[in-house]
Amino acid sequence: MKNNKKTVIVPIGPYHPLLEEPEFFALYCDGEKIVDVEWQAGYNHRGIEKLSESKHWDQVTFLVERICGICSTSHPFAYCNTIENLIGMTIPERAKYIRSIIGELERIHSHLLWMGLAGHFLGYNTVFMWAWKYREPVLDLFEIISGNRNHYAMFKIGGVRRNIENEDIPKIRKMLAEIKGQLEMLIGAVLDDPVLTARLKNVGVLTKQDIKNFGSVGPVARASGVDVDVRRDEPYAAYPLVEWSVITAKNGDVLDKAVVRLSECLEAVKIITQCLDAIEGKAGEIGEEVRRVPEGEGIGRHEAPRGECFHYIRSDGANSPVRHKIRAPSYTNVPTFKASCIGQTISDVAIILAGVDPCYCCTERVAVYDAGKKKKLYDFQHLVELSKQKTERIRKEI
Amino acid sequence: MNLKTKALKKSLWVYHMSGGSCNNCDIEILDCLTPKFDLERFGIVLVGSPRHADVLLCTGIVNKKCVERVKEVYEQTAKPCVVVAIGACACSGGMFRDSYEMGGPLNKIIPVDIYIPGCPPKPEAMIAGIVKVLEKLK
Amino acid sequence: MKDIIGRIQSKLGDRGKDIKEQTNNRVYVSVDRKNIKECAKILFEDMDARYIVASGMENFDSFEILYHFGFDKESAIVSLRVYLDKDNPEIDTLTDIIPGISYIEREMWELLGINFKGHPNMKHFLLGDDWEKGNYPLRKDKYEK
Repeated sequence: MKNNKKTVIVPIGPYHPLLEEPEFFALYCDGEKIVDVEWQAGYNHRGIEKLSESKHWDQVTFLVERICGICSTSHPFAYCNTIENLIGMTIPERAKYIRSIIGELERIHSHLLWMGLAGHFLGYNTVFMWAWKYREPVLDLFEIISGNRNHYAMFKIGGVRRNIENEDIPKIRKMLAEIKGQLEMLIGAVLDDPVLTARLKNVGVLTKQDIKNFGSVGPVARASGVDVDVRRDEPYAAYPLVEWSVITAKNGDVLDKAVVRLSECLEAVKIITQCLDAIEGKAGEIGEEVRRVPEGEGIGRHEAPRGECFHYIRSDGANSPVRHKIRAPSYTNVPTFKASCIGQTISDVAIILAGVDPCYCCTERVAVYDAGKKKKLYDFQHLVELSKQKTERIRKEI
Repeated sequence: MNLKTKALKKSLWVYHMSGGSCNNCDIEILDCLTPKFDLERFGIVLVGSPRHADVLLCTGIVNKKCVERVKEVYEQTAKPCVVVAIGACACSGGMFRDSYEMGGPLNKIIPVDIYIPGCPPKPEAMIAGIVKVLEKLK
Repeated sequence: MKDIIGRIQSKLGDRGKDIKEQTNNRVYVSVDRKNIKECAKILFEDMDARYIVASGMENFDSFEILYHFGFDKESAIVSLRVYLDKDNPEIDTLTDIIPGISYIEREMWELLGINFKGHPNMKHFLLGDDWEKGNYPLRKDKYEK
């Protein structure tokens, strides 16, 4: 970094109570303007790729589930797709539908969680409390289906571990209808809010070229008009069997990311309802026995709430992987701050960084409590404070 | 009971610290504060600085890069301070105990008062844990 | 799938060896390490592929890097396979073609000890700055807890 005397280094990301994870960004500022951003990671690094080499194929499912707590189904999903790609097998029909139901339920709760946090960063705690309140029924649904609120352990190679009982389906349907009503209310309230629009419109814009350069995926790419979605591009599970559409937007600012995410929640409800229709009242196998994984390599993908989740596995025919490479969507989404933050003001940084829905534990990294070595001008709380003041100002103006 | 602990247990201020976790325990801690569980009605507030904290909630395996930071945070808290290890990783290392980045578990680094196991512990379990903290202080 | 193999064959010419579809929709291409820059450029810029990630690993007698590119319209993933010397693993950086590849190159450098020539910012990324030199955790033999 050029050592310009006028440039001030602003470290963000000591441990902060309302960031789920710690993270560290150094902002190089000239006055209020951001000149450059540096990202330091590794505080969440747990060496999962290495650990995976010492686990049995079946145990790896549980290990990869614990990569991330928010999108805890996406990694097992991608891992199972990988092994099935390696073996070249297909899974039973009912297992396909159950997989899609779990994947889409997770999308709803993850997007609501993001909306809540985004509201919090803007100092709009009503949105935070609302979104998190409406997220609870989704977790209750998970508890009915799998027995746990998070880390559902539903996946196994060749199918799913647990069935969705036919007796439970009417109850699930009823809860889903309630969730849908609440979602529509929340979406209307959030997207029509003049303060949120003023705060998010034209902030942190990413162009199509930025998306290509950094290889960004998921809602971040779709908000910029790049039409990628693994669920459609490479159909797997029950996604080719049901009706749904890929949501895209044009501008690539944070507002569009919010629009894409919230609309995807409604699409998810649509997919789940159709999947429930397909399995209700029927019996069927939920998994195939896989005794041995042959020698070879496989690549599997899943469209996680944050974007494409990529797994590569090399097997030598023994009972654990030789190499297991995991790429979480945030790995390519987070570096876009290089394009979106530079030239913006400090008060917008909190929401721009949050706009990509960063998931540092996925990306295997973390933030730092910078132990007073550098003089701290702002910490993350100050940034949130600044952000809140700006919202307050806009609210008065409107 | 001296004055300090009497004052302490009136309204617990908690500080949450993640030392290389999968995020799930952290989300469940936040969940405790949102409308469904609403711990704030008992005067339990999440604070932004360890210097204000009465209770330190720690999650994650505490990887090698985090060890120094965790110590630093603990030293900054006003004593007496109750340290709670949340989740299987913080309690024992869980499935990450053989990892090359493993710096913990937490009780190797700072003294721990309460362990709340689970992957992740449910919010109810966390609330039960906090109640036990209150009893311990008596 | 045949179509995409044919297109890659004609674009890469002699530089791409044994192009084949190993598993469903997954194409692997062997490339000499001297040609990696040109080949990556052809895939990323001319053929408009999406950069996904690179993955490195250690074999018995070599190091191996796979550069994965996504072809979303054909629902295929094309991986460029490069072998490196066991004693002196070294390859050109691709940061000037694909800006996003910078982090994964830093990761491979610190976890596997592969040297990327010309990388602008080669510093520790995941591990601490005080990590012991020469202890690369993802290598098979040198791993110590």
